[in-house]
This record gives sequence, structure tokens and C-alpha cells, in this order.
Amino acid sequence: MQRNLTAYGFLCAALVCFAVFSWYPIVREVILSFQKTNFVGDTKWVGLKNFHRVIEDPSFSAAWKNTAIFTLLALICGYAVPFVTALLLNELRHARGYLRFVVYLPVMLPPAVSVLLFKWFYNPGPGLFNEILRFVHLPTLAWLDSGKTALISLVIVATWTNMGSGTLIYLAALQTVPAELYEAAELDGAGLLRRIRHITIPQTKLILLVMLLLQIIATMQVFIEPFLLTGGGPDNATVSVVYLMYQYAFNFNNFGSGGALGLMLMLVLVIFSAVYLRLSRDDRDGRAARV
Amino acid sequence: MKARHLAVLVAGVTALANVAACGTSSSNDNDKGSKAANIAPLDPNTKVSITVGCQPPKSSKVLRTEWNNDVTAFQQLHPNITIVSKDAFPCEDPKTFTAKLAGGQMENVYYVYLTDAKNIIANGQAADITKYVSGVKNYGSLQPQLLNVFKGGGKLYGLPKTNYSMGLLYNRKLFQQAGLNPDQPPTTWAEVQADAKKISALGNGIVGYADYSAGNQGGWHFTAEMYSQGGDIVTPDGKKAAFNSPQGHAVLQNLQQMRWTDNSMGAKQLLQIADVQPMMASGKLGMYLSAPDNIPTIKDQFQGKFEDYGLAPMPNGQGTLIGGDGYMFNPKSSPDQIKAGILWLEFENLTPGKGQFDWAQKKIDKQPVGLPQPNIFTGAPAAEELQIRKQNSNLPVDNYKAFADGDPKVKYRLEPPQAQQIYAVLDGVVSSVLTNRNADVNSLLSKAETKVNGILANAE
Repeated sequence: MQRNLTAYGFLCAALVCFAVFSWYPIVREVILSFQKTNFVGDTKWVGLKNFHRVIEDPSFSAAWKNTAIFTLLALICGYAVPFVTALLLNELRHARGYLRFVVYLPVMLPPAVSVLLFKWFYNPGPGLFNEILRFVHLPTLAWLDSGKTALISLVIVATWTNMGSGTLIYLAALQTVPAELYEAAELDGAGLLRRIRHITIPQTKLILLVMLLLQIIATMQVFIEPFLLTGGGPDNATVSVVYLMYQYAFNFNNFGSGGALGLMLMLVLVIFSAVYLRLSRDDRDGRAARV
Repeated sequence: MKARHLAVLVAGVTALANVAACGTSSSNDNDKGSKAANIAPLDPNTKVSITVGCQPPKSSKVLRTEWNNDVTAFQQLHPNITIVSKDAFPCEDPKTFTAKLAGGQMENVYYVYLTDAKNIIANGQAADITKYVSGVKNYGSLQPQLLNVFKGGGKLYGLPKTNYSMGLLYNRKLFQQAGLNPDQPPTTWAEVQADAKKISALGNGIVGYADYSAGNQGGWHFTAEMYSQGGDIVTPDGKKAAFNSPQGHAVLQNLQQMRWTDNSMGAKQLLQIADVQPMMASGKLGMYLSAPDNIPTIKDQFQGKFEDYGLAPMPNGQGTLIGGDGYMFNPKSSPDQIKAGILWLEFENLTPGKGQFDWAQKKIDKQPVGLPQPNIFTGAPAAEELQIRKQNSNLPVDNYKAFADGDPKVKYRLEPPQAQQIYAVLDGVVSSVLTNRNADVNSLLSKAETKVNGILANAE
């Protein structure tokens, strides 16, 4: 006990921080979802009324559908692009530091700046993307101004702004793969694709799985892009669950319904988090077994 | 996490829901009002300190100096009152309003938009000041409809500061370039459409007419356009949607035609106020709906020129959306603080020639004087304020003659109940029309009507 006093001290500090900044807000939010309150006057318990209110909202189904599609598209783009980029960077022999910096640069930009930059890129008139399309004699797109392309446009923004972190993590994972495995494969005549399929992917499987789940958890909470670029439009084509929560709490002054929606999202994310924790444990156990 | 942990969590939440449904309640201690004994004027020997919101920010040096000088002058008149000014930009942020109030950070005398006053009253977030306003000299001359915004259940909860009504802001320079007479702005939507077509024909990325369609602002402008056509957003009893009407169809068909047939609204949509003002300042926009206060904003923030802009009343002129701002009182304020706050508001906001109406000082300080804004007063104080404003005018007021002459003849209309939620629904309607060439107006209005009826049915 005496020996571990310092450790317990650090543990207590961490527990207090988690309790104040994480656990208490979660509990408070759960309670709030069953209440009607404005934080000043009377607070009433309203049972499941907030949940009914939210479920009956016509934007509710659109928000979940958009969030699911966004998550799926963000996985297809935002999961594959950083991995491929990491593979390329790993294969490079020159200017590696510079290119890594370039890839990571968008992460260092404040999200609002990135989003406003894309607002100009996507301008259907003199925007950069349409100028490029015109230059190569291709038909221009309405980008954010069309219900058909607005959501994928947001996915592109999210991918560009977040791929740097993913790339660096994959790059770190790639560098833990023993070089002799590749050498042996090359001696056996394996080409690049076969080396990736039979060595790289199996060797980095756990990192890939963990990143997949982290990405699902992060992308399901998409907010900044619809908030700053489209305001949920056109015609609810980009309204997300978190954006709808924001609308309820801060525009409609209905914190209870916002809380109810938050609780629903939390339960969905808890499931993914449980899977993530399980995989993390498997990763730890696997590494411990190898030691 | 094992499956049973998840089951426990779900079971816990369900149990909590059942307990919650039992209907217990808790409440905060509020100053629910004051006793009759507090109706007497503030005792000059009673020391009172009050916090007041919406002091201009440090970046607005001139306005801040004017405010501080007003505070000094007021405190010389009332040595027992200390005004503690609080600056914030924007003065009211709906996103932080409730948190500020709940966290005890809200000023005793706080700034509000007219839009939010009814909700604040319904939420019990303002003090009843009915008993305290009898001593306000110009109280009886305030516009009744403005006072009504601050009333609920026969009680008064705030006082107005300024008032605006929506009109058509247009670029005189582009009018001239397009061969239009800038002294004869359009008076109907058909004329707006025709003029927008001519302006956008100038090319070079110039847009004839712009409208908002995101961030709930599309619904806000749709409301203004409905009023201009003589339509309604909700029925008079506020229980049903009323925009699925000939006027609603006319508004959307007009936008549809300008956007897709005439190509006079530009390709970029999902615009909000912050997108449109720079377009106007840079000479890329012919017309948009706006309140007069947009003109100094375009000049100050986006380097526009006063002489380039004209203002006209709402096309069709059957009605216009009015808005504005005012002050309400923190329910935690003491009766003495409310009395002191009302004395300050009378000095700063409700006296022609003083405070915000000290047009002579504003002229010296090179602030814009002469914008055509609807008066918050009626009768003699209104005439006095207007006269002082005219005497000190430093703006090209002839550019706003159409608005000044026409606007008072237009019926002033307030925002609908549950405005933000309704605007969020109508945003979808307007954005659909402006981004989808084949948008079905009938279907859009019908679906929006169902949604809004649901919102109104759920409103408490």
C-alpha cells in the first residue's frame, strides 16, 4: 500500500477528472432526456415524452439515414485513402519527411478554416473544383447545392481534413512489420499487391480493426461539416443526428429532446465502443502472448 | 464490454425512464415578482449596482465611447446607481442564453431580440416589470405592437430598444449599369423578377436577386415574402400552418422562375446573411431582402459605399416582417435592481435626443445618422425623434426615400410562434426550390405543412 501511494494519488486525480468532465455530464444528460427544463424555472419529469417528440420529428429518420450513409461513405473513402497513402509513403525512398508533413498538414488547420476553404472549392460558379472540371471539358457539378451530391461533398471534406492522423497511425503500424517477411516474399517472387495482401494486411489487422471502429464512432458524430457548409440542407439532405441535437438544444431551446436524441446516439456508440474495447483487449492479450 | 453489461445498461435506462414517468418535480428558487410595497420609485439613498448587457465591444471604439459616456452621465444623474456594463458580441447568442442564465452569469438587464421574447416569457426566464414602468415618461407613447412582444398573460417583461422592418436593399450602381432607374426601385415581385433578369445579364458573376436558404434563414425570408404577398405562416390562433396557400405557391414559383428560368439568382445557393452582404459590398449583387441596418454593416465590415445602396419597401407591399431588440430583466434581480434598470433604459433607449437617440453626438462621431427605421414611439416623441434624426442626417437619405415613403403604408407583421422550428422546416422548402430544378412546389408545401402542424401541436 505504502509503495503504491504515489500511483493511487495519480489514479485519484485521473478519476476526479473523469468524474467531473466525463461521467457527470453523461449521467446529467441521461437525466435531462427525461425532463423538461430551461435550467431556470421549474424542472418537470416527463417520462418518455422527449423521446416521442424526437421520434415523431420528420427530420429524425432523415438524420439517422444521412448519418448512416455519411459513416458508410466516410469509411469507404476515409478508411481506404489514409491506408493507401500510408502504403505509398512507406514505399518511398525520397522526401519522406516532407511528404508526411504535407499529408498531416490539413489536420493542423482549424476545422472551420478547412470547411470555409472547401466552401470556395465547391462554389458552383467560380469554385476551384468546377473550374478544374471546365478545364478538362467535363460537366460541372452543383456539389453542396444538390441533394444528390451534398453528402458525398461533405465526406470529401471530412476525409481531407482527417486523413493525416490516420495515415500516420497506419504508417507507424506498417513500420512494425518485420522486414524479413517482405524479403522472403520477394525471394518467392511475390509482387507488391501480393505482399500487401499476404503480409501487410494480416500483420496490421488489429490496428486496422481498431481504426475502423474509431472511425465509425467519430464519423457518426459528424457535425462541423453540415453546420458550417450546408446548414443541414438542401432539404435535409445533410442533416445529421448531432446537427439535429444541436438544433433542438440551441435553436429550439428544447434541451430535453436534444438530450433524448443524444442518449439514442450514445447507446448506438456504446455498442461500437464495446466492440472496440473487446478488440483492444484482444490486441493486448495477443501482444502479451507473444512476449 | 460483455453482452450482460450492455443488458444491464439498457435495463437501467428503462428503469430510469419508468421512475422518471412518475412525475415528481423540482424547482429553482425564483424571484416570482414583487410586493406592492416595491412600486415606489427607487430611493435616492439606496445604493444599487446593476449589470447591463450589450455594451458595444472594444472593436467598436466609437460606439463603446458613446456608451461609456452615457453611463457616466447617467451615474451623475443617479449617484446611488452603479452600472456595470457587460460587453459581448453578438449581444444575444441564443446558443448560450440558457446556460448563461442558469449559470448565474446573465446580466440584471439583458439584451434580447424581439424574436426570442415570447419564448423567454413562456420559459419563466424574465422578471415581471409591470409594476415598475408607470414612471417611464414615454411609456405610453411606445408602439403598442412592440410592447405586446414583451407581454405575456397581461404582464410586461421587457422594453423595446429598436425596431426594424424588412425591405428591399438594392445596388444603385448595378441598376444604372443595367439601364434601370435607381430612383424607381421595383414595387412588385414581377418587377423584381424583371429587374433581376436585366442585372444578371450584366454577366461577370453578377447576381440579380439573392435569397437565403440555410441556417433557418431561408424560412425567415420565406416568411417575409409570404407577408409581402398578404399570406400567413400560421392561422390566427397559431394552431395550424397556413402557408400552403396561393401566396405560398406564388412565393416559391417566383423563386423557382428567377432561379431556373431567368438564371438571375446565381448558381451558389444555401446562402446566409454572411454570404450575401459581401456579395452586395463587392458589387456582385443587385437586390436582396434586408432591414435598413444592413447598410452600415455592409459599409463597415465589407468596405461598401453608402452612396451605392438604395432601399425600397417590400415588393407587393401587403405586409412586412418586423423585428428588433430590447431589454428584459433577470428574474433573480431585486426590485431595486429592476427600478434602477428601468431608469437606465429610460435614459439610454427611451428618450429622444439622448442615449441611442443622441443623433447630434452620433453625427459628431461620424456614425451613420438618417437610416429609415420604423419609430419605436408614436405621437409627439416619435415626431421629436424623427426631427432630430433628420436635422443630423449624414447619409444619402434620398436613396432610401422609396422605403421611407412606402414602408409606413405596409402592414407590420411579427414572426410566427415557434419561429425557429418553423423556419428550420421552411429552410428545406426554399433550399429545395433553389437547388432542384424539378422541385415540386405542391408536394414541398404539403409536406412542410404536415411537419409544421406537428410542431404546433407539440408546442406547449
